[in-house]
Amino acid sequence: MTELLVKNAHVIDPLSGINGETMDIAIRDGKIVEEVSAAADVIDARGMLTMPGGIDSHTHICGTKVNFGRYMSPEDMRAGRTPRRGPMHATSGYSVPTTYGNSYRYSVMGYTTLLEGAMAPLEARHTHEEFAYTPLQDTMANTLFDGNWSIMEAIRDGDVKRVAAIIAWMLTAVKGFAVKLTNPGGTEAWQWGKNVSCIRDPVPYFEVTPAEIIRSAIEANELLHLPHSVHLHCNNLGTPGNYTCTLGSMGLVPDLNPKRQTLYATHVQFHAYGGSGWKDFSSKSEPIANLVNMRPQIVMDMGQVMFGRTTTMTADGPMEFNLYRLHHEKWSNHDVELETGSGIIPVIYRRKNLVNSIMWAIGLELALLTKSPWQCLLTTDNPNGAPFVKYPEIIGLLMSRRYRDAEFAKVHPDTGSRVPLPAIDREMDWYEIAVMTRAGQARALGIQDLGKGHLAPGADADVAIYPIRIDEVDPSAEFQKVIDGFSRTEYTIKRGRVVARRGECVVHGSNATIWVRPKVSENYDMGKDPDFVEKFDRYYTVRMSNYPVQENYLSRSRCIETETEL
Amino acid sequence: MIVKDAVCPFCGCLCDDIEVEVEVESGRVVGVTNACDLGATKFLGGERLKTPIRREGKTWKEISYDEAIRYAAEMLLDAERPLLYGWSGTHGEAQCVGVHMAELVRGVIDNTSSVCHGPSVLAIQEVGHPGCTLGVVKNRADVVIYWGSNPIDAHPRHLSRYTCYAEGFFLENSFRDRKVIVVDVRKTRTANIADEFVMVRPGGDYAVLSALRAIVRGKTDTIPPTVAGVTRDQLIRVADLCLNAKFGAVYFGLGLTMIPGKNKNVRNAIELVTELNRHTKFTISAMRGHYNVYGSNEVNTWMTGYPFAIDFSRGIAFYNPGETTAVDILARKECDAALIVGSDPAAHFPRKCIEHLAEIPVVQLDPYPNATTAFCSVQIPVAVTGVDAEGTAYRMDGVPIRTKKVVSSDYLSDEDVLTRMYVLMQEALKR
Repeated sequence: MTELLVKNAHVIDPLSGINGETMDIAIRDGKIVEEVSAAADVIDARGMLTMPGGIDSHTHICGTKVNFGRYMSPEDMRAGRTPRRGPMHATSGYSVPTTYGNSYRYSVMGYTTLLEGAMAPLEARHTHEEFAYTPLQDTMANTLFDGNWSIMEAIRDGDVKRVAAIIAWMLTAVKGFAVKLTNPGGTEAWQWGKNVSCIRDPVPYFEVTPAEIIRSAIEANELLHLPHSVHLHCNNLGTPGNYTCTLGSMGLVPDLNPKRQTLYATHVQFHAYGGSGWKDFSSKSEPIANLVNMRPQIVMDMGQVMFGRTTTMTADGPMEFNLYRLHHEKWSNHDVELETGSGIIPVIYRRKNLVNSIMWAIGLELALLTKSPWQCLLTTDNPNGAPFVKYPEIIGLLMSRRYRDAEFAKVHPDTGSRVPLPAIDREMDWYEIAVMTRAGQARALGIQDLGKGHLAPGADADVAIYPIRIDEVDPSAEFQKVIDGFSRTEYTIKRGRVVARRGECVVHGSNATIWVRPKVSENYDMGKDPDFVEKFDRYYTVRMSNYPVQENYLSRSRCIETETEL
Repeated sequence: MIVKDAVCPFCGCLCDDIEVEVEVESGRVVGVTNACDLGATKFLGGERLKTPIRREGKTWKEISYDEAIRYAAEMLLDAERPLLYGWSGTHGEAQCVGVHMAELVRGVIDNTSSVCHGPSVLAIQEVGHPGCTLGVVKNRADVVIYWGSNPIDAHPRHLSRYTCYAEGFFLENSFRDRKVIVVDVRKTRTANIADEFVMVRPGGDYAVLSALRAIVRGKTDTIPPTVAGVTRDQLIRVADLCLNAKFGAVYFGLGLTMIPGKNKNVRNAIELVTELNRHTKFTISAMRGHYNVYGSNEVNTWMTGYPFAIDFSRGIAFYNPGETTAVDILARKECDAALIVGSDPAAHFPRKCIEHLAEIPVVQLDPYPNATTAFCSVQIPVAVTGVDAEGTAYRMDGVPIRTKKVVSSDYLSDEDVLTRMYVLMQEALKR
C-alpha cells in the first residue's frame, strides 16, 4: 500500500464543483480517497493551483504518420535534443518529438492522459507500440473510419446496424477508443487523386456522400453506446470559404446523448474560413461559435495556430497535397488500403503573413466567442497548429486582453479588418481554463466515470500542481507568470506517484491504454459475416487472423465494455 | 500439425499466409506451403549452433548463455566507442532493447539500411515520400514500374501478392489490365514479363528520370534522340503510360540506391512521382530487403528521432550518415567493440571494415554460423523470429505484423538475450 497526502492545495476541480478551495488531497494505491493514515508521504502544496491531471483530447503523438514525420525530418529532431539524465532517456525533436520527448514534455506541463487523434486500423499495432514508450500518460486512440469500404457499402445499403457492427468489430480488433472521421469520403477519393469538396459530393464508386457517412457514423456510435461521440475532422479543411461546409456538417447533428455531446468537431480553426480565395481570406469564427452556442450537442476544440515552425500531419491526404502545392516543401503521403490515408508536410506560420495571422486570430476567437468553455477545448491539433509546448502561451492569451493586444500589434497590419478579435474583451478565468484543459476533455471523451479529469474519491490520482498562487496573480496583467506557471508543474502526480518535479521527470512510469469493446449479439459478429470475411480474403494484404492487435501490446489494458443495441 | 497464416521472416514482403506443417513428435518443420523458395528454406532451417561459443586461439569453446551474456555486457561496458549493428533480422522488441543499450553505453547503433536503402532515407529526408500500403496498389494500380529491382529473384511473391498477378478490386482482369514497366541495366527475369522494358546504360538512371520529368512537364522538345541508351520514342511512350494511368506505382531497388548518384537518383524518382501526382495518382516505395529492416528504422525513429546511424557518444542522439554509419566507423578504425544482431556484415562490408572487425572483440547473436562468425569472439545462438520466437515486424510498406512462433525450442529469443545483457549493464553502472 502506498499513500500520499497533498496538503494545502488550492484546488480547482470543475467536475466536482470545486472552484478554488484550499484542501488536502488523499491518495492511496493510485486512487483519490477520503483519507489516508498518518504514515502517508506528505507534499505541502502551499496554496499552489492544483487541478486534475491535464487531458489532451486531440493530439498526434504516436503511430505511422507521426513516426514518418520524425523519419523525414532530421532537422526537426536536431531542434530539440536532451541527453539521458536520471530516469529520463535521451529525446529528440521540436514539433514531432520522439515518444519519450512527448511524454516528458507533456508530463512537465501536468498532462497525464492523451488521445492520439488518428489511428489507421491496419497500422494500429504501430500506435500501440509507441504508446508503450509514452510512459507517463495514459493513452487512447481515435480509430479512422472515413474511407472504410465495408462501412460505405453498408451505408449505401441503408443498414446502420451493420455500420455499427463493423465499427464494433474493428474497435475491438485494433484496441481503439473512438470513431474518427477525417475528411469523410475524401480519403477514399484521394486514392484516385481526387477529393470531395463538401458534404454533398458523392464518393467515387461507392456513391455515398460525406453527409451520409457522418450521419450513419453518429447513429452507429450511439447504438454502440460508446463513451466518446463521433470525432469529426470536417471536409474541406484549410480552404477559403470552408465555414459553410463546417456549418452544414454541424447542422447534420441531432442531440442523441444526455451525458455528452453527439459530435466532437476537432481543430475547428482550420474549418472557420471566409472569403472566395486567399486574397479575401477572412475569419468566420462568429457564425461557427454562434451555431455551437445554440447546439449543446456539439463540442469542438480550437486547433490554435501559433507562429513558428511546425509539422502538419493528418489522415487528410488530399489536403496535405494542396498544402504542398502552396508551400513547395517536402511532401509525404501514405494511403491505407480499404480504410483511409495520411499526409505530412513541414510548415512555418509567420506573423508577417496575412493568412497565418488570420488563422492565429480565429482559434482564439472560437474559444472567446463560445459561451461555455465545456464546448470549446484547448488544443493546437498538436503539432498541426503548433507543438503542444505552446499551450501555456495560449492560456496566457485567453486570460489576458492586454497580452492579446500586444501580440496583435505584431501580426500582419491588415489582420484587423479581417477578424473580430480586437473587439473581444473577454478574459477567461482559472476555472474556465481548468474546464478547457481537463474537465471538458474528460466529459467530452466520456472518461470521467473511469476516474479521469476530476479529484473526487475513487478518481485516478492524476494531479497537476502548478507553482501559481491564483489569489496573488492577476492573469490579465501578469500573463508571463501564468505562462511560466503552466509550463512547469511543481509536481505532476500520475497514478498516485510523483512523476515530474520542477521540469524533471523522476520515474520511468508505465502507461495504461483505454480502449472499448462493444458487446454485440452473435448475429452482428462481423468476424463470422461471410461478406466481411471475403473482403479480407480478397482485398486486404493482411490475413484476417493476423489483423487484430494482441493484448500483450498494451502494457496496462483498460477495456471499457459497452452494452449495445445490436 | 498445420500452423495457418504464419508470417514469413525472410524478405520485406512479410507474407502472412504461410502454412507450416510441424511434425509433433520431433517439433520440426517438415512442410511449408504458399512460401517462395527463399521463405520455405528459412522455415525448414538448417544446422544451428547448439550453444554459445567463444574463440580460444584457433578453436571454439562451448560456453553457457550466462557466460556469453556476461562477456558481451562487459565488452560493451569496457568499450570507448562500441558499435551495435545489424537489427534488420530480428523483431522490434529486441531492437528496442538495443536502442536502450546503445544509449546506456553511449555507443553507435546502426542498421543494415546504411549499406542498402540508406540513400533512400536521405532522399526522403530531402523531398518526402508519396507512398501507400501494398493493398492500395493491389486493388487499384494499372501501371506498375520496377526500377532497379528484380522481384522475381529477390522478392518472389511481390508480383503475385501485391502487383501484377494479384486480384484487384478495381481491375476486371488484373493480369491483363495492368501494364508493367521494368527499368534496369540488364535483362533480368522480371524484365521478361514487362510490357515495356527500358534498358538504361549503367549509371544513366538519373538522366533517364530527368528526361521523364521533363516530358511530364511538357518539355518534350528538349529531349535528345537518346538518353543513357534509351530512345526518345521510348521515353515518350513510358511518360504517356504514366500520365494515362489511373493509378501508378513505382518500386525501386538497390539498382537505384547503390550506383553513383545514390540518394540523388532516389530523389529524382520521388520528384518524378510527385510531379505525376499533379496529373493522376502515383506512388513510390523502396523494395526493402530483410523482413524487418523497416521495423528497425521505425523503432530507431520513435526512440531516437532517426532511422539509422545514431551516435550516442555525447549523450544526445546524433545523426550524420557518412560519419556515424557502421561502415565509416569501422573504416576509420574508431570502433573498439561490436555487437552484431540479425545480420551478416562480413558478407557485405568492404574489406577494410572487415579487417578492423578482425582486430576488435565482436559478439554476434545469430542462430547459424555465417561469414561474420569467423570474426567473432563470441557467438550466441538465438531462436529464429517467426519460427521459434515471436515478435513484431514491419512490412516494406510500414504495416506492422506480429510474427508467430510455429515451433518450440530451448533457444532464447534475441529479446531475451539482449534484455539479460542490458540488465547486467544497468547493474554494473549502478555500482
